[in-house]
Amino acid sequence: MYRILAVIPAFNEQETVSGLLESLSHAQEQLPFDILVINDASADETGQLARRSGLASVIDLPCNLGVGGAVQTGFLYGLKNNYDIVFQFDADGQHRSDEIFSLLDPLWKGEADVVIGSRFLKRHTGYRSTWGRRVGIRLLEFMTRILIRQVVTDCTSGFRAYNRSAIEFLAEHYPVDFPEPEAVILLGKHGFRMKEVFTPMNERMGGRSSITFLRGPYYMVKVMLSMMMVALRRSANSKSQDPNSKQISNSKTQIPCKS
Amino acid sequence: MEPHFQEQLLHESVNTVRIQYIAIAGSFLFLLFILELIRRKKIREAYSLLWLFFSAVFLFFSIFRNCLEKLASFLGIAYAPAAIFILLLMAIIFVLIQFSVILTRISEQNKKLIQEIGILKAEIDSMKKDDDPRPA
Repeated sequence: MYRILAVIPAFNEQETVSGLLESLSHAQEQLPFDILVINDASADETGQLARRSGLASVIDLPCNLGVGGAVQTGFLYGLKNNYDIVFQFDADGQHRSDEIFSLLDPLWKGEADVVIGSRFLKRHTGYRSTWGRRVGIRLLEFMTRILIRQVVTDCTSGFRAYNRSAIEFLAEHYPVDFPEPEAVILLGKHGFRMKEVFTPMNERMGGRSSITFLRGPYYMVKVMLSMMMVALRRSANSKSQDPNSKQISNSKTQIPCKS
Repeated sequence: MEPHFQEQLLHESVNTVRIQYIAIAGSFLFLLFILELIRRKKIREAYSLLWLFFSAVFLFFSIFRNCLEKLASFLGIAYAPAAIFILLLMAIIFVLIQFSVILTRISEQNKKLIQEIGILKAEIDSMKKDDDPRPA
């Protein structure tokens, strides 16, 4: 059996966290996995609620790190406790627990090291989006195609699953500023096989998008700049990573499969 | 005409010599100040190299001011004191960049510490719970 860990980064999500854990516990009946809530120094009851539910382990970060640092904590924990698969599940209710199985499927088939749940893999599937956002999404897809020659239609999606070699790598190198798109470039650059699966998502229940109308273009510029820097950085980092990356490419062929 | 011109010349030479003394004293005091901070461990040696380097540069140019003029003419600057501003700006920019580099390193270390503390706290909590005989 695989040891599977769900990592839920949560910052002030007291409205949704209980319901979320409840729905995940239903998914656990079909597929056993552990749940880890990373409470990113929330000011509200998020941590207590998660702990009281008894469904999840909770890590309370003493200071707010942002989603990148919080998710990385999950990788560190997963590495320390010998999990074979870690998947990220957002606390705002966007991700659907009934899609977990299709997200993890390519991992135990050994088809990929990283699986990304995409809203856009099938066109016209009802995910409502504004005009500006669609342009931004297309632009990021284009950037990704140029920088790493892989097609990732939804590189801002946080609904992702990683196998052991990706966990080892990201525990050390997970980006902080714009973690999702940067991680796509970083993983692509280091030869990890990424695969997207179509996963419909809900409209968010709590919280609000961090990307508003006015901030949109500004966000795009910053994201694309960061992605380019990640793409350029390979040679600079490779010195310190050389022993690691060799190890990773070895272990990549033997994806944990004992089931 | 004649005495007026002389007076002007005299006036100028007095002024420029005075500023040279001030400049030498100023750069020297600045160098001493940095050295004293290092001695008292208020700055680590590694972080003070840029400050030491630029205070030495300023001391050098205040003592050998014809070098400043040579530098200015080499760079194509008509007004020699403007070269001082370039040096000053470079010093400030280099030090600020160094600060950004240090800041980035420190925030990275900080992030690691926060993550470790979070994980350790969770581990301690679960160990306490295991020891506790009462049902949770």
